[in-house]
Amino acid sequence: MSNAVVAAIDGWYTLDDPPQLIGSRCLSCGTYFFPRQGSFCRNPACAGTSFEDVKLSRTGRIWSYTNACYQPPPPFVAPDPFRPFAIAAVELAAERMIVLGQVAAGFDVGDLRVGMDMELVLEPLHSEDGKDKVIWKWKPMGRAS
Amino acid sequence: MEADGARILSREVAVLGVGMHPWGKWGRNFVEYGVHAARKALEDAGVAWQDVQFISGAATMRCGYPGYVAGATFAQALGWQGAQVNTSYAACASGSQALAAARAQILSGGCDVALVVGADTTPKGFLAPAAGYRPEDPDWVRFYMGITNPTYFALYARRRMDLYGASVDDFTAVKLKNAAHGAENPNARYRKRFTAEEVNASAMVADPLRLLHVCATSDGGAAIVLSSLEYARRRGSAAPRIAAISTVTPRFASTEVEMPDIATDSAAAAGGHSFRASLAAKAYEEAGIGPEDLSLAEVYDLAASMELDWYEYIGLCRSGEAEGLLRSGATRIGGRIPVNASGGLACFGEAVPAQALAQVCELVWQLRGQAGARQVQGARVGITANQGLFGHGSAVLVKR
Repeated sequence: MSNAVVAAIDGWYTLDDPPQLIGSRCLSCGTYFFPRQGSFCRNPACAGTSFEDVKLSRTGRIWSYTNACYQPPPPFVAPDPFRPFAIAAVELAAERMIVLGQVAAGFDVGDLRVGMDMELVLEPLHSEDGKDKVIWKWKPMGRAS
Repeated sequence: MEADGARILSREVAVLGVGMHPWGKWGRNFVEYGVHAARKALEDAGVAWQDVQFISGAATMRCGYPGYVAGATFAQALGWQGAQVNTSYAACASGSQALAAARAQILSGGCDVALVVGADTTPKGFLAPAAGYRPEDPDWVRFYMGITNPTYFALYARRRMDLYGASVDDFTAVKLKNAAHGAENPNARYRKRFTAEEVNASAMVADPLRLLHVCATSDGGAAIVLSSLEYARRRGSAAPRIAAISTVTPRFASTEVEMPDIATDSAAAAGGHSFRASLAAKAYEEAGIGPEDLSLAEVYDLAASMELDWYEYIGLCRSGEAEGLLRSGATRIGGRIPVNASGGLACFGEAVPAQALAQVCELVWQLRGQAGARQVQGARVGITANQGLFGHGSAVLVKR
């Protein structure tokens, strides 16, 4: 039996298949924000205070990538033994924004390249009380893990 | 043009003295390092502490709790003497902001002589955020996702490799260059001349960066005595002058991936800007000096690869040309434009509120011809550049 699935960070992404990040968009100037911005627009040329929630593009291109060879400190919850994982910064074309995330399990830096097409998936970040806490990760487009 | 010249001149202040407590992992209270550096700087300046009219302390968040507000803490340790006091926090740029506060006080006629001090004792192990479930704090979010400081350094490094053909050997060459410079610096923490084999055999931290490509955190202290040009002239001192201090914020949309953020600004509506390039640009504009006028530069090599980014951000070359500049030998002492003659963060490790001041100290020693075996011959103009968390960064131009 598989674990129940819950979001590691509530309200930052849909739990749909496929998932999407939830950002916001200023109704005055059209600037996107992730994480969501709900009170005031940070574009200096805009005094907007009204926003709509938007689902961000779920595909983008790699801006850069690396991995974590050392176990990060808390609040990261490390598996025992620690397993290194890859990290990618992915540029979303419509939003003109770069979003960081772990890379899906099974891929390391040797599988990645600046400019490569990536898509958003959900995978466990860690487990707690019998539940899988899932987070967004970037996965090379059209590749099975 | 005379009027313009006079106006520019009036914006300068003199550096009468500089001093440091050597960098290391000494494990003592930061106040000790600050007092040591301050007394060295005062001695170097020939100024009595009682004659200092303004004391400006550079703080870290760690030092920023009651009783440890940097400016007042150093003033009390040196002995309360009624000076006006200031404390500046600006992450890695705290020292430059404290310097800017002192300069402003002098230029506005509020004082003739000011002392600027920054010192830090770094905790052991990782710098980790406060506990709890706090997704409103980007620093908490990125650590929760396993994204540490070297992650960001490695993202910049890998991008250079894929876009500009940088190699790990280039990053190692920066480390070896800075290690050779720092070996001649008595204030540096690491004074060992490394070999490429040693660097490449160190543990991988964040591919492509290994342990010896990434800077450590250190204890240390640095201090600077500033005065008006008039005060320096009365003393017959031909002191180096601060020609510009830039502490600008980014401009929206800031398009570079920045620690500790999980996403950049969106440039969809506002268009994009480079923060790090703007730091030096503001300093050049303020001083009427350009990169072609530089004798040397001290830049923030949190990782060896980031020194290459700075070559471009401070205008030593165009984007994608930093590896060529490095390979030509231009940025070594003896080359056309030596970078990190002090040994840089590679040899110091980062003592956050002291680091930007330490960069200025090195320029002052170089411009006075007092840098010993690491002297850049004929140094006349130098720039510092650094950048840290929360939209803080700085560039300082010092000239003779």
